[in-house]
Amino acid sequence: MGMTMTQKLLAAHAGLDSVVAGQLIEAKLDLCLGNDITAPVAINEFEKHGATSVYDRTRIALVMDHFTPNKDIKAAEQVKQTRAFAAKYDIENFFDVGRVGIEHALLPEQGLVGPGDCIIGADSHTCTYGALGAFSTGVGSTDLAAGMATGKTWFKVPSAIKVELTGKLQKYVSGKDVILHLIGEIGVDGALYQSLEFTGDGVAALSMDDRLCIANMAIEAGAKNGIFPVDEITMAYVKDRFKREIRVFEADADAEYTRTVKIDLNTLRPTVSFPHLPDNTRTIDECKGAVKIDQVVIGSCTNGRLEDIRMAAEILRGRKVADSVRCIVIPATQEIWKTAMHEGLFDVFIDAGAAVSTPTCGPCLGGHMGVLAAGERAVSTTNRNFVGRMGHVDSEVYLASPAVAAASAVTGYITDPADL
Amino acid sequence: MKAQGRVHKYGDNVDTDVIIPARYLNTSSAKELASHCMEDIDKDFVNKVKEGDIMVANRNFGCGSSREHAPLAIKTSGISCVIASTFARIFYRNAINIGLAILECDEAAADIQDGDEVAVDFDTGVITNVTTGKTYQAQPFPPFIQNIIQAGGLLNSIRG
Repeated sequence: MGMTMTQKLLAAHAGLDSVVAGQLIEAKLDLCLGNDITAPVAINEFEKHGATSVYDRTRIALVMDHFTPNKDIKAAEQVKQTRAFAAKYDIENFFDVGRVGIEHALLPEQGLVGPGDCIIGADSHTCTYGALGAFSTGVGSTDLAAGMATGKTWFKVPSAIKVELTGKLQKYVSGKDVILHLIGEIGVDGALYQSLEFTGDGVAALSMDDRLCIANMAIEAGAKNGIFPVDEITMAYVKDRFKREIRVFEADADAEYTRTVKIDLNTLRPTVSFPHLPDNTRTIDECKGAVKIDQVVIGSCTNGRLEDIRMAAEILRGRKVADSVRCIVIPATQEIWKTAMHEGLFDVFIDAGAAVSTPTCGPCLGGHMGVLAAGERAVSTTNRNFVGRMGHVDSEVYLASPAVAAASAVTGYITDPADL
Repeated sequence: MKAQGRVHKYGDNVDTDVIIPARYLNTSSAKELASHCMEDIDKDFVNKVKEGDIMVANRNFGCGSSREHAPLAIKTSGISCVIASTFARIFYRNAINIGLAILECDEAAADIQDGDEVAVDFDTGVITNVTTGKTYQAQPFPPFIQNIIQAGGLLNSIRG
């Protein structure tokens, strides 16, 4: 029986010729990731265990992105603890304010992750790097601690769902709409314990930013990982960035999938997830003018990349954010920030009446930089709309693409960008 | 290993943001985290939970974030075991790693009501609803996983 792309990659990292779904394996890790929320817990565990060294100081990334620039004294203490750990073990990839970006935008951009890698991160959206043809998955802090100490972890080999993409996205339809649509189809536990393997001729028409966005939200369907085949777009992206050896894995022709989901990109519509689960989706045509909003957030590890910021600027150029709306734009990394600035996009945002923030996860998880009051509604390009996610337990989050979010900022209602 | 206690019952897709809201993640103190456990779906939980109590829920318990703070908050609140139809993958792994006992059992998750008294035998996987007298069979953990949970977590269990 053939293997899926994920299974082949995991077999190689376990030193095995083949694996089957359900098999328990020990795999070598190419990178371990922690952030300012999960690393402190991992460091406590690491020290409790009595570990005195890390497996490889160049293969650990500690990214201070969640509650930074430090939102309060406790947050500052957590970063301080992580900073001290990074200094003690001479961790090469420690990112602090001024250099930091949102981890899942930063690591691909900096070439720290690439095709064929096996990665764990103490952050659920670590699955983002599947866009590059890597196996990457979110774990907790204890697994991160053990990973940092040994460079290895155990996995149960997942079965997979095949997601066959055909056609090409229409204007104002993006990777975000693909993944929201898919989650709406299969549900928030539709891919529980499984891989989502994206295939089909539609893949070639998706930019890397779109793929990163799609893989990012695989966890929102419960998936262990989401993964894309490695093609010319991947190779063009990692060239001049990724310094380790590129390893390309392909699913066998006779690989077994638990099911196949087909998505025709040609007919896909802008899609919005209503409160309070990402699978509560509606097309833009089903929600026009019906939902009045108070805030728009454009950013995050899902949609804070250059294409996202450019799309928001395209919509907001020459327009004004509605008086009743606060619009917050957060480019995800310093590199994206600088490029957006040079392209004059900040002029567009400021003239429109939007705020531009330094990179941070802040508002996505109700941390800071845009927390919601009781009864308030936000359209957000982030990834979760759970109860209380962005603030008060009685606030609401509507997940959408940068195009829909920017258009909604202009009108004050959830809006189809084509209608502006 | 056995547990027995009163049940706190929840529904589908109990996510990590309601188990422990991100606004409290500026600390890694287990005690502080526990004082806000379940706050956004059950304000009264921290007042009514007693040492040894059991949490029961339906599908996809613990979905969302990878925060280990979630199982840690539940465990430190006094909960001895979580029974659900299914668990989100990262939560499942984290619960074992920090020594919180969990069991998957569809029938038990569907039947057991809030306030029932429930007993769990981890060696056999038998769940007994003491209130109704009904029993359910869950897949018991193999000894090595039981050892991790008994030791209070993965790193405690492998410490030299």
